[in-house]
Amino acid sequence: MPEVKIRKFMTAVEEIFHEGGQPAAKPHRRAAVLAVIENPYSGCFVENIQPFMEDLKPLGLKMARKLVEALGGDAKAIEGYGKGAIVGEAGESEHAALWHAPGGYGMRETLGGAKAIVPSSKKVAGPGARLDVPITHINASYVRSHFDAMEVGVADAPRADEIVLALVMTTGARIHARSGGLAAKDIKGEDGLR
Amino acid sequence: MKAKIRKIATFVEETLIEQGQNVSPPTRRAAAVAVIENPFAGRYQEDLSGLVDVGEELGQLLAERAVAALGIPGEKVESYGKAAAVGEDGELEHAAAVLHPKLGAPFRKVLGKGAALIPSSKKRGGLGVSLDVPLGHKDAAFVRSHFDGMEVRINDAPRANEIMVAVAVTSSGRPLPRVGGLKASEIKGEDGLR
Repeated sequence: MPEVKIRKFMTAVEEIFHEGGQPAAKPHRRAAVLAVIENPYSGCFVENIQPFMEDLKPLGLKMARKLVEALGGDAKAIEGYGKGAIVGEAGESEHAALWHAPGGYGMRETLGGAKAIVPSSKKVAGPGARLDVPITHINASYVRSHFDAMEVGVADAPRADEIVLALVMTTGARIHARSGGLAAKDIKGEDGLR
Repeated sequence: MKAKIRKIATFVEETLIEQGQNVSPPTRRAAAVAVIENPFAGRYQEDLSGLVDVGEELGQLLAERAVAALGIPGEKVESYGKAAAVGEDGELEHAAAVLHPKLGAPFRKVLGKGAALIPSSKKRGGLGVSLDVPLGHKDAAFVRSHFDGMEVRINDAPRANEIMVAVAVTSSGRPLPRVGGLKASEIKGEDGLR
């Protein structure tokens, strides 16, 4: 089983007071934790890559905990989430897919269960690439006020043989959410959708 | 004049491996960035004292945010820097008014000391422009191991009528310093240079 070699961590927090409208009583906060790791499968085609998912689980958990910490330390305050990965040029997008299970596991464990599928994005790109990580409500994917995204990236990563892994969480709706649809207060929260 | 802040972002980078070598303890650096309204966008304003006041306010606020994000006491900070990016309807002189006259004193107060000039950079740019915040040792500008830079960017700032103001602090110099020069252990720290 490949070892998870972490070159660096990056934490980004945004606190949004307004976006042209009335400043909200409670600022909207969103945060990302990124880990730059070595891609154990870069440079050649490896058929069986699944064992690495298990290896990544502790990192998923660690990153999720860092995220909650960055947003104030209270897991109950988290309302939205998302994940993503950027694979360096000697890798393939399938390597980014290895993050689905451990990234989701880490966040669900940390949030004490979360019903909605974790939205995600991925790509192969060079150092400094930016990734728009999609965000949805943690218990009901259709909550319209919580559809959002956070752009993330690291200036010097991913190098050719690296992967940037990303987890994102938010504390609520978009700052001036007013486009209707399913509201967070109306969800049943049973099927992860509504 | 008080700052009209739309959002505040913080970034923390922790480097554990550089060029295959373990970095122990990991080097850490943090930046805090405020996106503020530029009160003088779109016109020529002779007297920029309003923005000088804003600089003083942000010097304390951003220094506190950055140090908190770094997670060490202010006195333990080893290097620092500041920078600003002005949106397209503003003037480089607006960045200068925020950064240079009064931002430094409250910044240094948060750190307990800071004999050295705070290195700075400024530019005008559009949304998502990257700002390279120069870094230098806070008590002796000639410490060679601590010359560095940290890139920060926010995808939705600065808008045409905004200014992005950043401060950065570190717990350390570069990950693997080995190009000689004055060492942090050798400084007097009185004149801000050596």
